[in-house]
Amino acid sequence: MTFARRLVGFNLLSAVILGAIGYYLGWWLGHQITGPSLDYFGDTGQNDIALYLAYFVGVVGFLIGLGFANYPVQRLLGRPPSLREKEQAGWTRYISLCTDHKVVGIQYLIGIGAFIFIGGLNAMLIRFELLTPNQHAWNGNNYLTLVSLHGTMMMGMMTSGILGPFANYFVPIMIGARRMAFPRIEALTFWLLMAAGFILMTSLAYGGIPTGWTGYEPLSDQANLGMDAYVAFFALVGLSMTLLGLNMLVTVITMRAPGMSWGRLPMFVWGTISTSVLMALAAPVLISTLLMVGMDRTAQTGFFNDQAGGSPYLYENLFWFFGHPEVYILALPGMGILLELLPVFSRKPLWGYRLAVTGMLGIGLLSFLVWQHHLFVSGINADVRPFYMLSTELISLPTGFIFICALGTLWRGRIRLTVPMLFALAWIFNFLIGGLSGVFLSDVPSDVTTHGSFFSMAHFHYTIMGGLLFAFFAGIYYWVPKMTGYMLNDTLGKWHFWIMFLAFNSTFGPLLVIGFLGQPRRVVTYAGYLQGANIWVSVSAFVLGASMLLFLVNFVYSLVFAQVPAGDNPWGSKSIEFQLPSPVPVHNFDRIPTFGPDPYPYGEGVAGGAVQRPAITPARPER
Amino acid sequence: MWSKYGHGARVAALTTIGTIIALPFVIFWLGPNMPPGKSTNVGDSQVFDNTVLLIVMTPFTVFILVYVLYAVFVFRADVNEPLRDGAHIRGHMPSQIAWLAITTVTVIFLAIFGSAELLSSGAGGGQGPHPIAKEKNALPIQVIGQQWEFTYRYPTYGGVETAQLVLPVDQPIAFHVTSLDAIHSFWAYELGVKADANPGVDNVAYVTVKKTRSFQIRCAELCGLWHGYMFDTGQVVSSSQFTSWIHQQQKLYAGSMKYLPPYATSYTPDPTFRAG
Repeated sequence: MTFARRLVGFNLLSAVILGAIGYYLGWWLGHQITGPSLDYFGDTGQNDIALYLAYFVGVVGFLIGLGFANYPVQRLLGRPPSLREKEQAGWTRYISLCTDHKVVGIQYLIGIGAFIFIGGLNAMLIRFELLTPNQHAWNGNNYLTLVSLHGTMMMGMMTSGILGPFANYFVPIMIGARRMAFPRIEALTFWLLMAAGFILMTSLAYGGIPTGWTGYEPLSDQANLGMDAYVAFFALVGLSMTLLGLNMLVTVITMRAPGMSWGRLPMFVWGTISTSVLMALAAPVLISTLLMVGMDRTAQTGFFNDQAGGSPYLYENLFWFFGHPEVYILALPGMGILLELLPVFSRKPLWGYRLAVTGMLGIGLLSFLVWQHHLFVSGINADVRPFYMLSTELISLPTGFIFICALGTLWRGRIRLTVPMLFALAWIFNFLIGGLSGVFLSDVPSDVTTHGSFFSMAHFHYTIMGGLLFAFFAGIYYWVPKMTGYMLNDTLGKWHFWIMFLAFNSTFGPLLVIGFLGQPRRVVTYAGYLQGANIWVSVSAFVLGASMLLFLVNFVYSLVFAQVPAGDNPWGSKSIEFQLPSPVPVHNFDRIPTFGPDPYPYGEGVAGGAVQRPAITPARPER
Repeated sequence: MWSKYGHGARVAALTTIGTIIALPFVIFWLGPNMPPGKSTNVGDSQVFDNTVLLIVMTPFTVFILVYVLYAVFVFRADVNEPLRDGAHIRGHMPSQIAWLAITTVTVIFLAIFGSAELLSSGAGGGQGPHPIAKEKNALPIQVIGQQWEFTYRYPTYGGVETAQLVLPVDQPIAFHVTSLDAIHSFWAYELGVKADANPGVDNVAYVTVKKTRSFQIRCAELCGLWHGYMFDTGQVVSSSQFTSWIHQQQKLYAGSMKYLPPYATSYTPDPTFRAG
């Protein structure tokens, strides 16, 4: 009875119901506006306007159902606002609007994790098709939809893959704050992302997406209704990213505890800041670009239509002006986790703190100056290719800073090969391969062959999957004991690591070679002599997928069945979050802590010995 | 004997040895096997370029791998033993400056080298309507991408449009790549040529083939439903064979040429014939 009663009110259930009502309302409204005239319907003869309105009103209904309108409406009516979103206990927090940053972090972990699994499943289906040189499993449209869904899902949802769960949860704690600067916006970013992910899935019902994650015009103008799901998805993701970035920036700028000066921030916070800057500056470009695509598809404008005076190059430029910072939005949090974990498991201070910070900020700055390296053979601005070649290769300087700081931190440490440390070390190897293959793509003569081939695909999987996803798992094994209070099983974790690491390299290493041998991306057929290599890659990819299932088994087994208590500090870490109880109490600290000069006070000869607490006063409230 | 050298000297020695072992392998085996092969002038330049990149990367790769493996094996501590801290080193300015100097010099060298290679031959990439690296006396061939095939027009032979691509050997060729609908990309893998086909744009790429052979053509930019089937085989033949082939094509297509639009550098797509 209490179970049923707890579901009454503003939560996921009411949100889904209102979202569905809003969807049909928008659909109906769209048909009322457009009437029977086909003039509105673009090239495809389908009613894009109705679908956009359906998505828009549906999302608004979803948010109202979650209770985002309660506070402003009750204020307007002059009543004391409901504080239900600040509810402090109970499992219903996790399926409702909750402004506790730790609840939002766990919501992100589960929500984004689910979408990563869907995206990964798409990859398995793609590799299944590529077992033979000829089409055998999916028809052309389904194959392209799988490719597009995999790419769009991963590039869209994983933007917040590390910032969502770990930065929301730990950045306020690390800077000594009790909450984010804008808690309700923080919750909004999560629920927008979930609505967006669902909208992307609906493209399956509307004929799929034929364009890949890049959505190039004029192909996207030809595409049928499924393309609108792509536009709505990425616009919502862009909105979520902008808000998340601004919220993080304001939080770190304004809410640092006494003593937490800029030079004392942990590296994970620096990774978050540099990512947030990119999010706040690049994502609005994406939103406006997609607005223009939506206008082209509905109101018959011609931004990207060369007959109407527009240009497909405009789309390519706008998209990659967002798209290149985007890939560093994916990479920088991984660097943050890497440099956060290496001192803990090498038992040493971070080597070259200022150099590492310079590296992160330098990557962020340079990432805005390189986007035309995606267009080296496109025929636009051929004269400026040497500039973009230079600026692209310059990015390897700040990336080199990250590497040298990581290497220096390992030097003469006492390296403990725990599961998070294994994932962090794998990051170094994977990102090394990813970075070196990137040099071929940045060099125009070499890019002529590698552009648009499996080589470039393998390159960005090495940097994004090898960088971001390995760091993501490092973060999970490192921080989930703190978030839940239970350890993840070590043996299963090591099996997961080794299978994932070997299968990952066995998948994408050969793909670099296959790309060099001339297989283009996103094709459903390929040259017969490449079949052996493609079968090898597909089988490795299935093993890689199986390693994810192993992780899922470990996650559920450790947290639901085994429940081995983690204690407050399972890793002997000196970060502030590990001086707090596990899981962290609702208000984080009784008193705001003050911070000492070194975020990583490890090392022989440092006063207090090996398990010295950092200079904070973490008041420990009752559990 | 081993123990009288410090960790730094050992890593430096292992890196040097590793680099000395790896370099001949890179120069004499990996480099010559790099794509796209040496059938054309731009292919030569790309293989040379790829080889230089590999040589530059080798010491960095060896250093980082040697370093990390050395650190993990030598500085490893047992997870089960009580926590003990490592050395309290917060940085080392000389190594930071050395690293910065080495990587900066390398990057500047790579950028200058790549630009020089690019400006000398165009490297087979699409250079847009106003190429910076030009070939004199090049035979113009227009490549028209449409969903989902390439056709080829020979403007010096009355603009005849053929379904096969046949090239004369030892003759500079200028591909003028354009599209009738979505964005395609003309990729002749063995020739080392890739140029995007944009509607309304004349994208020029140059190549000179050195020997008679066949080559693969694939579309390298996702262009819709049958993108995976947009491939073809081209032929490089002697110039006398080419002349007889093109005259044969002119006769063959004389009837249909009357209905084709006159040759132009680019064509505007007709929306009513678009696929959907």
